[in-house]
Amino acid sequence: MRFSALKRDERAGYEGHIVPASSLLEVAKALRDEDGFDLLSSVTAVDYLTDNEEEESFFEVVYHLYKSTGGGAEVLRVQVPRENPVVPSLVELYPGADFQEREAWDLMGIKFEGHPDLRRILMWEGFAGHPLRKDWKEVYFEEEAKPFGNRWPGGQVYRVEDQNPYGKNNQYPDGFDPESWVETEDPLLYENLEKAAREYTEDIDTEQVVVNLGPQHPSTHGVFRMAVRLDGETIVALKPVMGYLHRNHEKIGERNTYIMNMPFTDRLDYLASMSNNFGYALAVEKLMGDKVAPPERAEYLRVIMAELTRISNHLWAIGFLLNDLGAFFTPALYAIEERELILDIFEATAGSRMMCNYFRFGGVARDLPAGILPRMKDLVNERLPRKIDELDLYLSENELVRSRGEGVGIITPEDAIAFSATGPVLRASGVPYDIRRADPYSIYDRFKFDVAVRYHGDVYDRYMIRVDEMRQSLRILKQALKDLPEGEILTGHNPYQVRVPAGEAYGRVEGPKGELGYYIVSNGKPSPWRYHVRAPSFINLTILEKMCVGQKVADVVVNLGSIDIVLGEVDR
Amino acid sequence: MTEINASPNMNSSGYEMPPEMRQNIAITTLDKIWNMGRRYSVWPMMFGLACCAIEMICTAASRYDLARFGMEVMRPSPRQSDLMIVSGTVTKKMIPQIVRLYNQMPEPKYVLAMGACASGGGPFKEGYNVVSGVDKYIPVDVYVPGCPPTPQALLHGLMKLQEKIDSESITSVRWYQKEAIEAIPVPILGPDIIDPRDFPTIKSLTQGKPAAAEPAAETA
Repeated sequence: MRFSALKRDERAGYEGHIVPASSLLEVAKALRDEDGFDLLSSVTAVDYLTDNEEEESFFEVVYHLYKSTGGGAEVLRVQVPRENPVVPSLVELYPGADFQEREAWDLMGIKFEGHPDLRRILMWEGFAGHPLRKDWKEVYFEEEAKPFGNRWPGGQVYRVEDQNPYGKNNQYPDGFDPESWVETEDPLLYENLEKAAREYTEDIDTEQVVVNLGPQHPSTHGVFRMAVRLDGETIVALKPVMGYLHRNHEKIGERNTYIMNMPFTDRLDYLASMSNNFGYALAVEKLMGDKVAPPERAEYLRVIMAELTRISNHLWAIGFLLNDLGAFFTPALYAIEERELILDIFEATAGSRMMCNYFRFGGVARDLPAGILPRMKDLVNERLPRKIDELDLYLSENELVRSRGEGVGIITPEDAIAFSATGPVLRASGVPYDIRRADPYSIYDRFKFDVAVRYHGDVYDRYMIRVDEMRQSLRILKQALKDLPEGEILTGHNPYQVRVPAGEAYGRVEGPKGELGYYIVSNGKPSPWRYHVRAPSFINLTILEKMCVGQKVADVVVNLGSIDIVLGEVDR
Repeated sequence: MTEINASPNMNSSGYEMPPEMRQNIAITTLDKIWNMGRRYSVWPMMFGLACCAIEMICTAASRYDLARFGMEVMRPSPRQSDLMIVSGTVTKKMIPQIVRLYNQMPEPKYVLAMGACASGGGPFKEGYNVVSGVDKYIPVDVYVPGCPPTPQALLHGLMKLQEKIDSESITSVRWYQKEAIEAIPVPILGPDIIDPRDFPTIKSLTQGKPAAAEPAAETA
């Protein structure tokens, strides 16, 4: 490497380079400008807390950088002491680091120097402590890792909640006086909103109003909130507020054993549970090595399920985007009708409509039941192509869809990459970046399909790209169903007692919403030391403010709908 | 029809009726007619929290068709709704809004806790930002188990709610009593979520006996 400051990470099972905090900006800039690592995929932090006197405890901030032209990752790590951890912020170089750094501040307590708006993002201002630190204990804490001793046969089963004097999931610091407490979450938000607005309209002298859309708002696809500052109908500043569905996925995941996390991943992006399973299985398989390479039939089943998921997700996204456009529920009803048929297949195969919990390390949980294959073939070869054509015919040339969509919420390709957008949002801006092609996983390199790409980067193209992608998914499905081999579906080990060697892995898949990554650090114990989800919906939202400022308030709803978020994944 | 002044008969009112009206009169109690109107026009609030909301939408959509029960009119405003379907994980950050929405709903109002999370915290119960059941803050009428409940399960829950409505009497339901119904105090986002009703407990625990403030760290 050119930089003397860079040090290869030599711990077993780790890759990438360790950078001193002082030269992070310089190294990142060179990587971006000279080596082409322009897509900052994931920023997260790990708490290496140790009881061992001889070793030192520290925080490590991990950056995964990719090239938007494809290829593997460059991993940068910055190690900082646990007392007063400060790391320079990458927001200037990679605006896509914005929310991720705020998340690391919120949950891990790492200060990012130079970050323009370093507030808590998932919890609220004023919350006591940084929950993902290893020495922070939640209220219902029992033991460091599951399975808990008292749940074993012969153990004394008791409930931690019964021992809490409040009878609720609450705890307060010593000496806390509830009556003198003042909430600071909203005042801080409005202050920042005003700051952003003043920069935008220095010389216009009109009164601006603040409007809150959400968290309970029919357009926000869940419990998402946008604080919007309006000048007339024009948006001058927008701040997304999230965390209303922060279910502590990562903290719970670090107490669970590896396989216990599989059903939890279902509940991340609950419209695409199979893809979530896929990413997690890939990450753990990467750590475990070749002994869990899935058999041929399992690989095919994985691809089939992932692509069916993509279709059902895009159907939903299109239906509800039209809902946001004002075509209230009729297109959604047609889309849901087809989605139900795909859910039937999931239910027959995995046992549940939505929460499939289907993947295992080294294969899948169940084989296809008798009689389902002809139905799948019929669906993929006959019904879905016809229905997607129908949807396309009715909607794509519709006058209202075109006039509400064309030229609205434009994202340039440069912006899309800089803001770490992935998935349909990135590809609708003219960047043909699809992990299935850029960094192939599973058996995607065997199938013929095109990476769908559109070039205008507006709402209309983000709608069209989903239609295109459904057609490409159908192409993959047709090939996969034709070639589906017979045989085993799971390598011959016990999937419930996995031994994961120490090390780290970043497994990523092209989910329906973008790059879904799982960053896992193992220390050889039955549960992961660090379990982080790089959620595409969450990171795609970083660009929302930029998309919306200067447009009318009615377009905010459509812009948000065209990103296609799911709050389970945004807040995790 | 039998003669008008015959012995008591379920099909007769016992009063003189013009002949053209005799086929068109039914007798029932005020409660029954009241409850019938109510049970077939329960308007749910369009309010989704998490995964369960997707199944709620599916219940209202093509295949399961909530309209059969007169419940398809989802209202985005709490002022126009009768039923709050708490469909998903209730987090501490969200509970002030849920309580506020509940307070804003006009009486009569019902709450259906859909799924494991809303009923008791579900798989995420141990999480630091998760409320272990919405019933810790607002009263719940029907619990629907499942993770998420299938549309059939939700429909069953709604039918149970209809049964509950059937058993009400306008003389005894709380919204026709003289006493005003107190609004539920809205929780505050403090170092942890603060229920104003817990103020005395919190004070006695954090200021009186500092050592008892972290009960969860104990093991049995």
